[in-house]
Amino acid sequence: MPELINDTTDGTQATAEGAADGQALRPHAEDSFAGELKALAAADDRPRPARWRLSPWAVATYLLGGTLADGTVITPKYVGPRRIVEVAVTTLATDRALLLLGVPGTAKTWVSEHLAAAVSGDSTLLVQGTAGTPEEAIRYGWNYAQLLAHGPSREALVPSPVMRAMAQGMTARVEELTRIPADVQDTLITVLSEKTLPIPELGQEVQAVRGFNLIATANDRDRGVNELSSALRRRFNTVVLPLPATPEDEVDIVSRRVGQIGRSLELPPAPEGLEEIRRVVTVFRELRDGLTTDGRTKLKSPSGTLSTAEAISVVTNGLALATHFGDGVLRAGDVAAGILGAVVRDPAADRVVWQEYLETVVRERDGWKDFYRACREVSA
Amino acid sequence: MSTHDTGAPPGGGPFLLGVRHHGPGSARAVRAALEQCAPAAVLIEGPPEADGLVPLAAQDGMRPPVALLAHVQDDPGRAAFWPLAEFSPEWVAMRWALEHGVPVRFIDLPAAHTLAMTDEAGDENEQDGEGERHGEGERGGDRGPAGEEVAGRGRGQEQTQPGEADRDEDGVRVDPIRVLAEAAGYDDPERWWEDVVEHRAGTGAARPGGPDADALAPFAALAEAMGALRETYGDAGHDRDPVREAHMRLQLHTARREFGDAVAVVCGAWHVPALRRRTTVTADRRLLKGLPKVKTAVTWVPWTHRRLARRSGYGAGIASPGWYGHLFSAPDRPVERWLTKVAGLLREEDYAVSSAHVIEAVRLAEGLATVRGRPLAGLTELDDAVRAVMGDGSDAPSALIHDRLVVGEVLGEVPEDAPAVPLQRDLARSQRTLRLKPEALERELELDLRKATDGGRSRLLHRLGLLGIPWGEPVRSRGSAGTFRETWRLRWEPELAVRVAEAGIWGTTVLTAATAKAASEASGAAALAEVTALAERCLLAGLPDALPVVMRALSDRAALDADVGHLAQALPALVRSVRYGDVRGTDAGALREVALGLAERVFVGLPPACLGLDADGAAEMRAHLDATHHAVALLAQPHSASEPHSASEPHSASEPHSASEPPSASEPSPAPGSRSAPGAPSVSEPSPAAGSRSAPERPSSEPPRGADAGLRARWAKVLRALSGREAVPGLLRGRAARLLLDDGQLDADGAEQLMGLALSPGTAPTDAAGWIEGFLGSGSGGDGGMLLVHDERLLALIDHWLTGVPDTAFTDVLPLLRRTFTEYEPGVRRTLGELIRRGPSAATSGHAGPATDAVTAAAPGFGPGLDRDRAAAVLPTLRLLLGIGQHGFDEERSGTNNAVNDLTGAMS
Repeated sequence: MPELINDTTDGTQATAEGAADGQALRPHAEDSFAGELKALAAADDRPRPARWRLSPWAVATYLLGGTLADGTVITPKYVGPRRIVEVAVTTLATDRALLLLGVPGTAKTWVSEHLAAAVSGDSTLLVQGTAGTPEEAIRYGWNYAQLLAHGPSREALVPSPVMRAMAQGMTARVEELTRIPADVQDTLITVLSEKTLPIPELGQEVQAVRGFNLIATANDRDRGVNELSSALRRRFNTVVLPLPATPEDEVDIVSRRVGQIGRSLELPPAPEGLEEIRRVVTVFRELRDGLTTDGRTKLKSPSGTLSTAEAISVVTNGLALATHFGDGVLRAGDVAAGILGAVVRDPAADRVVWQEYLETVVRERDGWKDFYRACREVSA
Repeated sequence: MSTHDTGAPPGGGPFLLGVRHHGPGSARAVRAALEQCAPAAVLIEGPPEADGLVPLAAQDGMRPPVALLAHVQDDPGRAAFWPLAEFSPEWVAMRWALEHGVPVRFIDLPAAHTLAMTDEAGDENEQDGEGERHGEGERGGDRGPAGEEVAGRGRGQEQTQPGEADRDEDGVRVDPIRVLAEAAGYDDPERWWEDVVEHRAGTGAARPGGPDADALAPFAALAEAMGALRETYGDAGHDRDPVREAHMRLQLHTARREFGDAVAVVCGAWHVPALRRRTTVTADRRLLKGLPKVKTAVTWVPWTHRRLARRSGYGAGIASPGWYGHLFSAPDRPVERWLTKVAGLLREEDYAVSSAHVIEAVRLAEGLATVRGRPLAGLTELDDAVRAVMGDGSDAPSALIHDRLVVGEVLGEVPEDAPAVPLQRDLARSQRTLRLKPEALERELELDLRKATDGGRSRLLHRLGLLGIPWGEPVRSRGSAGTFRETWRLRWEPELAVRVAEAGIWGTTVLTAATAKAASEASGAAALAEVTALAERCLLAGLPDALPVVMRALSDRAALDADVGHLAQALPALVRSVRYGDVRGTDAGALREVALGLAERVFVGLPPACLGLDADGAAEMRAHLDATHHAVALLAQPHSASEPHSASEPHSASEPHSASEPPSASEPSPAPGSRSAPGAPSVSEPSPAAGSRSAPERPSSEPPRGADAGLRARWAKVLRALSGREAVPGLLRGRAARLLLDDGQLDADGAEQLMGLALSPGTAPTDAAGWIEGFLGSGSGGDGGMLLVHDERLLALIDHWLTGVPDTAFTDVLPLLRRTFTEYEPGVRRTLGELIRRGPSAATSGHAGPATDAVTAAAPGFGPGLDRDRAAAVLPTLRLLLGIGQHGFDEERSGTNNAVNDLTGAMS
């Protein structure tokens, strides 16, 4: 048992090797922002819950950004409503677990990683949820060589990230909770309500130390795939991460991401494309909100998610089209097909939604003639 | 305590209790203070005219929220409201005084002045193009019922007065609370006020439980802060404040002479420093000199929480009356009690919420308050906690809670012996001017809407109908059926007076009340058809201000309604309204806009909705198809064309259509005229076909303009798509083909081709029979039998198909065919039977031959060749029917009517 804990006191050791010499493709949050975390910890004089590296207030500041008294600038990790972050952080300080919900591309994983890094200084206690996630990933497994040689013992036990987090009072993370089969999900109930993990084979248990909590993320649209049982649901406080609030935010996010992806795909930058990006974002937002930007006409919403991430891929796609088959300038025709594909997920219902949108909104709008024509062409 | 001392010497008065209007904390504090100092009189900020109404507040029938309403005696539209909730400090003070037998006086500037001043301000505004006739009371129908609570309580210290609220937007005025909040580092002044005053006052010293606490201390502290503010900002742009405060000072002076120093004053905290200022009575009197004055009447009216809430347009209201009510009435532990209430509500709505949820929500809310540094979890924290713990992060429960608890639908009550509501006076006035006396005896009233008085009467009755005051009941007009005539059955029943009183919450005049009611109904309507009906009623009642709101609701509903059936149902009424608006000369532009949008949506949604329907569904859809077709035809008609015959043409959509229907049904025959011409003017059927031929040409030949033309073309496209789509039931395909044919969008060859396809051997016989029913059935589009009589090719196709139907399928097909053919007139049926009996030879020969030679081609039932003498005998009759003189016959008709042309050609 002591060995178990020793093994992982500096839980980042396995990955730290890669990150230390700067070779890691994507360093962990606690490594990339080690400086900020340190400055925050130094400046933070508010009460901290047991085993928290920072006070809840400082965790919120870490996520939302700000300037400390000593002049250290904390970069914003999450751009969104302050109250959402506050609810999330406060939840972690209670004994309920935190469930981050949202459509794909709303930075759920990103937020959960940074929360874990700020609260426990370690974001690696992670269980990735898939349709094939076994119970061992949440409870514990066995090292079979040890098991055969010495019989069941703590040495032969392979703890899961959740178990390690419980033993050390850290924050565990479960990604894509609703992808995990229901029976496996339910192993979390004991963990979250009794705060203990029995090991019947040894007649022992691992009790959670103060400071332990769990952050799960789940996809809004996957509800019903493996919907949480109400017993489990009750153990979570739910926070829904919203889509970008304003068109400007979203245009900014899309063009920034498109720029990054474009560079890695070696596409030339397309400054003239900003208008087209704005248009794509407008279309996405209007259909998503079911309301035109002037707030005067209501619309039906299609079944697709139309997330920011999809807008990014539509624009990237259009950019590739323009580069390889067009004149290098992003035009309405380049994005029309992509938009159609993103909007019309259900061939019957969504097509009506799209046609209605075209005929009642796009056709009348000034300066959208080319776009209307391009869309008509691909929709026909 | 120093301020306290200067203003109110220990043991004496006056006690200046500065409050925030509608602040529960203030209300508690006021009650505690009154208990402590037991004043000899209570002075309250409010119109002195209402002094006589105070005793009503003690009656059983009085339940807040209520409002004091002051209005100009002969113009109820100019009104001001002073709303009072259960948790309003003024209400608390009033009740306390009534319970303890202490006199109550209102000390604000009399409404007689404020209303008169509003009038002046209103006139100025009107010149600015604001069009603000009645103060701010009725700035449009879209701001919620009852106009607005103009002079209602300002946020915090300010009392908004009529005519002043506009300044807010100009930024002339300073919000004192905002200044204080910013000084304390808050971005939201409301929240600061809650933290510092409402929550503290609720839990701290002002709680009656603390015997050693000085109940006046919070007021002293607040007064000090306000004093500092007013030193900096003066009257902060409230340019009427000096006058009002002068009046308050005078009243205070009078009261002190009457009752001694021990009087309590409950007023906005903002006014406290001014009341404390030492000025001479003469100076104050001078300020009040020469104020304009009008005759006013005052009464109590019931109020609602919703109208206390800011979002119904109350420029400076409170956002959460329900929450304040809770804070005021909860004896202790407001957070726990609130969340228990929330849980109860959610359980009622079938959310699974356990006590464990409530516990967790309380913990989260308190944790959030700590993180945010607030003394007590406020509404924001509670909302966040409920959303995260009970609502699974979704907005639905939050919206529900906001609606039912945070705002909370509470309707006040006023005792019956309160003075009459202004609506009643306005109604009486209208009755006088329109010479329409309320009589218990039932009588009928014929109205000619072209006359001004009658038009006014009609509008009044329609408005009352909207308000749920069924004085008149519309009756179908006898005799002339023009739109300019209306018949009403009038009967005034005593209980209608009660209805009028109830309707008083909607507004102070019949017009504004009806407008507000219509707007509210529009937003509450469930089905699309309800809203279209409402639009029609708005037009009838002459409520131009309500129309935009209704239109808005209509287009919103239309956009979200996924059922094409609903849309198609709504369209005809809407189009009728458009036409009706034209007739009445109302501006129906907005209506037209919406109707066009609705039509567009129907076009898009119709083809997919027609797929895969069963027989019943198809029949229903056929009705929608017909309705839409009529509506489109009516909508696409140019405005000008409607003018000349609008007066005589009834408002029903079917009328103009039925006039044009039968002839246009035979319209295609001219196209292949060279061949079928000899058959067309057959002696047996001359009148219906030829007689009205000239009339129907007009709508279709007159080129519709602009968007209208596009509309028709797009509709034709939809129909064409329908008629050619295999998966669409035969009934609908046939109907679409028929409508196209009627509109001249499909020529006879096209129709023949479609029918040929539909009746080809590969098609299931029932489907084919359905097609026949759709194509030839009478429906609303007139008789299909005539079509068969005149186009022998179609008849031959059907004949051919019918003989090819296998025996087994025949019994399935028979009912369908019977249904189609029994609807024909007996004459038509007989003719058809005769044609069939003659055998297919004539028809097939007509079909097979090149048929250019008029001599060889024979109409069914006639011998070959043309007997010119017999044909010539028909000509005079034809001329008479067509109304054409001997001359000009050739010139006029040569281009347009091939059939006649052929005939004359054959004769010459």
